[in-house]
Amino acid sequence: MLENRSGKAHLYMIFFGLFGFQISLMHHHLDRMPEVTQTTRSPFSISAARQFWTGVRIELPLLLGVIPFGMIYGVLALEAGITPVAAQAMSSLLFAGSAQIITVELVRTAVPGFIVILTIFLLNLRHVLYSASIAPYLAQLPARWKLLLAYLLTDEAYAVTIIHYTQHKDAPHRHMVLLGAGLTLWSAWQLSTTAGILVGAVIPSEWSLDFTIALTFIALVMPAIRDRPGLVAAFTAGITAVLAYSLPYKLGLVLASLVGIAAGMWSKRLR
Amino acid sequence: MNIWLMILVGGLLTYAMRLSFILLMGKIEFPEWLRHSLSLVPPAVLSAIIFPELLFMDGRLDLSLDNNRLLAGLVAILVAWRTRNTLLTIAVGMAALLILQAVR
Repeated sequence: MLENRSGKAHLYMIFFGLFGFQISLMHHHLDRMPEVTQTTRSPFSISAARQFWTGVRIELPLLLGVIPFGMIYGVLALEAGITPVAAQAMSSLLFAGSAQIITVELVRTAVPGFIVILTIFLLNLRHVLYSASIAPYLAQLPARWKLLLAYLLTDEAYAVTIIHYTQHKDAPHRHMVLLGAGLTLWSAWQLSTTAGILVGAVIPSEWSLDFTIALTFIALVMPAIRDRPGLVAAFTAGITAVLAYSLPYKLGLVLASLVGIAAGMWSKRLR
Repeated sequence: MNIWLMILVGGLLTYAMRLSFILLMGKIEFPEWLRHSLSLVPPAVLSAIIFPELLFMDGRLDLSLDNNRLLAGLVAILVAWRTRNTLLTIAVGMAALLILQAVR
């Protein structure tokens, strides 16, 4: 009920959130601005705006790895003969880095279209897991919020958001965290694609900035392992992923995740 | 096939997979064991991405001390475990990798 009324209110909150964020930058802390708080926002909107900016903040470290990746994609797409408009559209409509890079490679080597689509499907199968994993936290939302947040559910947005959710159970307006993280990643991905298309410049690979993505996931996985089943799931999934590395279409990732989850459940039952 | 058709169909499929359970949840009741297993998705998926990133060099399994990413990754794991600080983990891990690449 509260959620149903709040659709438009949330848009205001984002707006006021942006406004509030600038103020908080100037004054270091939102709480020191009582006059703003009283005149323009209810406590409700402050909480939602805070959650939004929490999402933005936890997503930011990942951009270090995402932006070069987006630029590389833009460069490769043009090299493969894809038009700038189509390359940018792929970043908006497909919005999945690894699938986009592989699509570019398949288009370049003139692989039939239905194989490309099958590959995209298999590569992105893991999103079904993300969707199931994050769904309980979004269950109370009206459908239009679900439609929007599902679009933003990338690897990077999912990873930071789900860790935040498991550490902050029952926080109000928690969907705003996913919105903040998702929009941050979305903006970085669109802009870095554009930069790659326009500039054609690639950050030197010797900088190894792609490694920051693995490092971010390391920072995320440690707090996610909270008990023995979690540890068993992590190790089993990791080892299975190494053993199944040669499977095509990133199927190793899906297989390893499922084996890891099964092992974790099994170890839970043992106790 | 037209590139636009690939983008459109691939994009719709991906969106449908992202939306699947988010839309279903609340309409169907999930059994207890399934909800339990969902809490194991993040550690499983993240580890399944991390392990190959650290252990494979140029597509080949490399468990030796020559593997810079493995060593830097282990340093990062230690930092993440002790501090639980994302930025510090990234900074120390990147520094370790760049130092290893520079001295070898």
